[in-house]
Amino acid sequence: MAAFRSNIFMLAFFLCGFSVFVTGDVQTNQMNVAETVFIDNVPTTETDASPPSVTEQSQTAEEKRLWEGTEVGTNLADGASDNKVDHVHDTMQATDAPPSPPAKDQTQRFAFDERIWEATNVEINLVEDAPPIRDKEADEADHVLDTMQTQDFPPPSTAKDQFQEELVIKPLHSGDIYASFQFRTQWDTDFLLGSKVSHYRLFPKSLGQVISKFSVRELHISFTQGYWRTMQWGQPFLPSPPGAELWVWFQDTVTDVDLAWKELTNVLSGIFCASLNFIDSTNTVQPSASFKPLGVGNVTDQRFLRYAVLPREIVCTENLTPWKKLLPCGSKAGLAVLMKSEKLFHSSFHSQALHIRPVCKDWQCKSTSWELRQTLNVVFDLHTSGQGKREWSLFKMFSRTLTEACPLASSSKVYVDITDNPQGELFELSPATPLVSQAVVLGDGRTYSVYDLTDHATFGQTHSLNVLLRWRAAESGEMLRPLLHGERYVAGYGLQTGEIHTLVYNNHPYRAFPVLLLDTVPWYLRLYIHTLTVTSKGRDNKPSYIHYQPSKDRLQPHLLEMLIQLPPNSVTEVTVQFERALLKWTEYTPDPNHGFYVGSSVISALVPSVVAMDTNNTQERPLFSSFFPCKEESTYFMRIYTEPLLVNLPTPDFSMPYNVICLTCTVVAVGYGSLYNLLTRTFQVEEPSQGLAKRLANIIRRLRGVPLLT
Amino acid sequence: MKLKIVFKLRYLWMFFRHRGRLAALAIAAVVIAVGVPLWWKTTETYRAWLPVAQINELAQLQLQLSVEVEVVFSKGTLTAEHQKKIPPSNTRQEEHVVDETTRLRYRYETRYRTATIMEEDALNQSTAAEADISLHMLSESPSGSVVIYVVPESSTVLPEGVSVYVGQRRTALLRAGGQMRVAVALKEVLASLETWIKQVLQVMSFSHGDITAALSDRVRPGDRSREGLADSMRAFKSSPGYEITFSLLNPDPTSHLLHWDVEAAISSYIQPLLSKMAPVANFSIDSQILYYAVLGVNPRYDPTLNAYTLNADSLSHVINPVEARLGSSAASSNPVLNFLLYVPDSRHSPLHITDHRRHTVPSNAFSSPRWGGIMVYNVNASGTELPVDVHIDMRRVMGVFLPQLRLMLGVQSAAPPPGFLIGPCGNAGLADWELDRLMWTRSVENVATATTTITSLAQLLDQIGNIVINDNIAEQVSSAVASLQLAVGQLEVGNLGLAMQYSKEAILQSERAFFDPSLLHLLYFPDDQKFAIYIPLFLPMCVPILLSLLKMASEVRQRPGQGQAKKD
Repeated sequence: MAAFRSNIFMLAFFLCGFSVFVTGDVQTNQMNVAETVFIDNVPTTETDASPPSVTEQSQTAEEKRLWEGTEVGTNLADGASDNKVDHVHDTMQATDAPPSPPAKDQTQRFAFDERIWEATNVEINLVEDAPPIRDKEADEADHVLDTMQTQDFPPPSTAKDQFQEELVIKPLHSGDIYASFQFRTQWDTDFLLGSKVSHYRLFPKSLGQVISKFSVRELHISFTQGYWRTMQWGQPFLPSPPGAELWVWFQDTVTDVDLAWKELTNVLSGIFCASLNFIDSTNTVQPSASFKPLGVGNVTDQRFLRYAVLPREIVCTENLTPWKKLLPCGSKAGLAVLMKSEKLFHSSFHSQALHIRPVCKDWQCKSTSWELRQTLNVVFDLHTSGQGKREWSLFKMFSRTLTEACPLASSSKVYVDITDNPQGELFELSPATPLVSQAVVLGDGRTYSVYDLTDHATFGQTHSLNVLLRWRAAESGEMLRPLLHGERYVAGYGLQTGEIHTLVYNNHPYRAFPVLLLDTVPWYLRLYIHTLTVTSKGRDNKPSYIHYQPSKDRLQPHLLEMLIQLPPNSVTEVTVQFERALLKWTEYTPDPNHGFYVGSSVISALVPSVVAMDTNNTQERPLFSSFFPCKEESTYFMRIYTEPLLVNLPTPDFSMPYNVICLTCTVVAVGYGSLYNLLTRTFQVEEPSQGLAKRLANIIRRLRGVPLLT
Repeated sequence: MKLKIVFKLRYLWMFFRHRGRLAALAIAAVVIAVGVPLWWKTTETYRAWLPVAQINELAQLQLQLSVEVEVVFSKGTLTAEHQKKIPPSNTRQEEHVVDETTRLRYRYETRYRTATIMEEDALNQSTAAEADISLHMLSESPSGSVVIYVVPESSTVLPEGVSVYVGQRRTALLRAGGQMRVAVALKEVLASLETWIKQVLQVMSFSHGDITAALSDRVRPGDRSREGLADSMRAFKSSPGYEITFSLLNPDPTSHLLHWDVEAAISSYIQPLLSKMAPVANFSIDSQILYYAVLGVNPRYDPTLNAYTLNADSLSHVINPVEARLGSSAASSNPVLNFLLYVPDSRHSPLHITDHRRHTVPSNAFSSPRWGGIMVYNVNASGTELPVDVHIDMRRVMGVFLPQLRLMLGVQSAAPPPGFLIGPCGNAGLADWELDRLMWTRSVENVATATTTITSLAQLLDQIGNIVINDNIAEQVSSAVASLQLAVGQLEVGNLGLAMQYSKEAILQSERAFFDPSLLHLLYFPDDQKFAIYIPLFLPMCVPILLSLLKMASEVRQRPGQGQAKKD
């Protein structure tokens, strides 16, 4: 191919030089408008919704006991085969109705406290335990701590792996419904020790083989269709950029990481039916700070990290089916029954992800086990499709109802966010459930109604659960503005240069906090890094840390990582200019006039929590607990993604090479023909013939008999 | 002086007269001398050198398999004078022409000797199995060779009515025939032995049928029987590695909670076999449990048996829906052997597999050729509280899967000829001679596959000039050819282990060369596009040149005619 193509070009070039100068008709589309992809409207109203109450260890004893009771109800299924736990449960159930005098020994109390802790923190562990900005030692210590805290009490049965499933439904302020599935499989085995034979029970075999073959320490993959509108919807539980995102930490025993990465992407694209095989060195980076391991382990050398985003990837049913197949119950039982693709993809936002990481097996953390988390986040737009009525039910969203839990799951729960509706004045939830859970999610205390699917009473008479929520009020309360928010767009005109603008909003009224900004830009946008400016509140804001890796043409993308301090209540603008490169004609996509995608920038931050923001609220908490704002939940880790960019590159007319060839060949042929004639023909002088006038005159003269003219 | 000027003028005049012609010739010369080579050079596809001659040699495959046979006469089988006259060795050759391109030659090198005292002691054990073990303690024979001990007719080592005992290793005990005592000439003794030795070798090393079956890649199955074909279809094709997956299918986890200690079962039943077969291929074993996995056929209720039945006719539909769940191996491209253990749910239990005559199959299992095996394991779910804990008896399961695995891997357990007694195969599940037998056929099969791959690649490259042959491909082809030659050479010498190893390398390298993606780059570049690009230039340039050349040629042809006319 190459030889032949170069020959064509040589030919064309040769002919151009030979006869005429042909200019390629490069299309120059006038692009005066800045190519903004998406701009959020920033609501300006200041929210003063009082933050909801928080459960803490220092709550009053009575409240606490009530809490224990509810938690017991939800945890009944955990250790069915264990006598000791059963015993604890029994005593706890006794405390359920009236607060009886606590006649428990110390160990039980200990168990109680732990249970509460676990229940309140179970949602946030994934986002909380990767604080990348802290210094290393603290970081590692925190990893260990966090992952230890996320551990359930392992049921002391012989089963070495366990499975949990849950669904969180959150009515969003925009009227949309956010449904988030999480499936967690934990497997107590050590891939790292490398025993050859592998026996899988709940953990999917294909993933286990991938982990052991490529020596993967952590694997995070997400497929997202649609863009998460932070300003309307608040924060997602698990953020993900549009398209496909893959980041992998390899073990430090891997010698050729690039080769392993290449093979891994190919295998994963086979497993998930996705075009992950388009990941190559031109879109792979090794971020130095933004993506730290989320599991246990102290490898932080970025040589073993690979990160790639494919913003163009379209996510559809063919990606969902293999994802569902990885669940132990498939889509036959449990919460996965709800996943009907025609409903899931008829939504405003769809994101499915898979996270594998090593976690601690127990409190001592002497050995590790593997955790596989499969998450599916969907936002349904039921407000517009429901003829203006604000009401939703499981059946309306998924066209199915729940009939049973997955029999393999140790816990199977449905959570409905009722934080905004403490007294039931805003909406009505049916069937009513006695179980209530509180948790600090993304720095905000939330209250959830819990449906425990392992309890047969949940399904009631009809043997099916169809959670239904009907609004009473027409308008829900104001949404708390997200503290951190990011936007990005391309400015400039013409097809030669442009400017990338990234706006990072800090909406906290008085606290400044640092964020890590990660930008990967393909090589065909040549960044002028000297034009990089960071301004906030009209003043220059010098980043305290910049990691820049310049691109190499057709080899590696630009990588720009910055640690920026965001002043309170401000917008920080990062701009950098770029030049658009001319691609080779085979490097263009089949639809080059659509434009080229540039992946989202990633903003990672430790955000001060909303709970800590509220230091004036003394009604619900004792005074002694609320003087210093520093608490366990005072900051939380958050990662947000901006919009991907769509940039037009100068696009040639692709029939140009052939046109040039034809045109020049014709010109050459004409020139060559005349030249050839000149060279090969012999010319002879011919007698000039008489003019027409003379001949006519002669004819007339002949008729008249006059002598002819000579 | 004047004459000179006239001469020069004449030349000039001639030059001017022929100027056009000379110019046309010069342009044609430039086009041919510069243009064509330039065009040729720039449009050439890169084709590295391939060892075509050696590949063609391999296309004419002449395989020679050499077996070393040692015949040991124990006391009482030969007379004293025979012992003196006994020849040290004897070579027998068989030639077979399988195909016009494939020839086989078997060479049996028989060495004769008398038993040592220790061997005599060993042969005096009470049973054949014990004798076999103690004989093996004395010496180790290399892989591929066979040792035959001839014991006197009166010996009690062999049971009554048994003339040959095939041991665990590479030894056989042969009862001296009745005529051996009577026969006077040594030749007759040896000749009568020869027929027995032939049979022993057919059992213990290879038979012509096995080898031709192994050559099925090269040779069209012509007159082979259907059964032989089915036999050869059952086993997986030779491959350098296999993935073995045991899957437990639990269609109803709400009623059954299944426990299987597959890890222990594999290490005690499967692993010994596989570690013994390590020279043949690499194996990796996985196991998984699949929930809510159902068979593709609804079992029928049979009131006479008070059970559900799956008929043999419907078994072919059973696998399809399960297979989607099994998942292909993500980590390698080796063939996967699937072994499924299906525990029917309580509504379809008990479930029996029936054969074509509607009799229940005692093992309750079936195998699918080149795919794997399925076993149905019925559970007495009499527990009141669901789910019922069920512990699966892995001994029973592995008792079914192990023979299936042997079949799939190509270990043939053909019925021995009459008079033969095959010893127990030991705790590895595979006797040494069985392994040898497998290695003979596998190395021949590997050689056959690798030669066909290499020759067809060479043919392909020869036929399609568009294919780019990079240096790495040429290198792989050369090394594949080298390994093939080594393998053939080792087979000739009778060095089975090395032959197996080289043939595996040959097959790996030849496949890698054949499936290299760089071969496809230019394969589908259409010719019409090429012409579409060339014609606008080449047509207007070549037509005048050709026309003027034609004109010149006609003038040249006419001129002698004119000259003749002038003469006349």
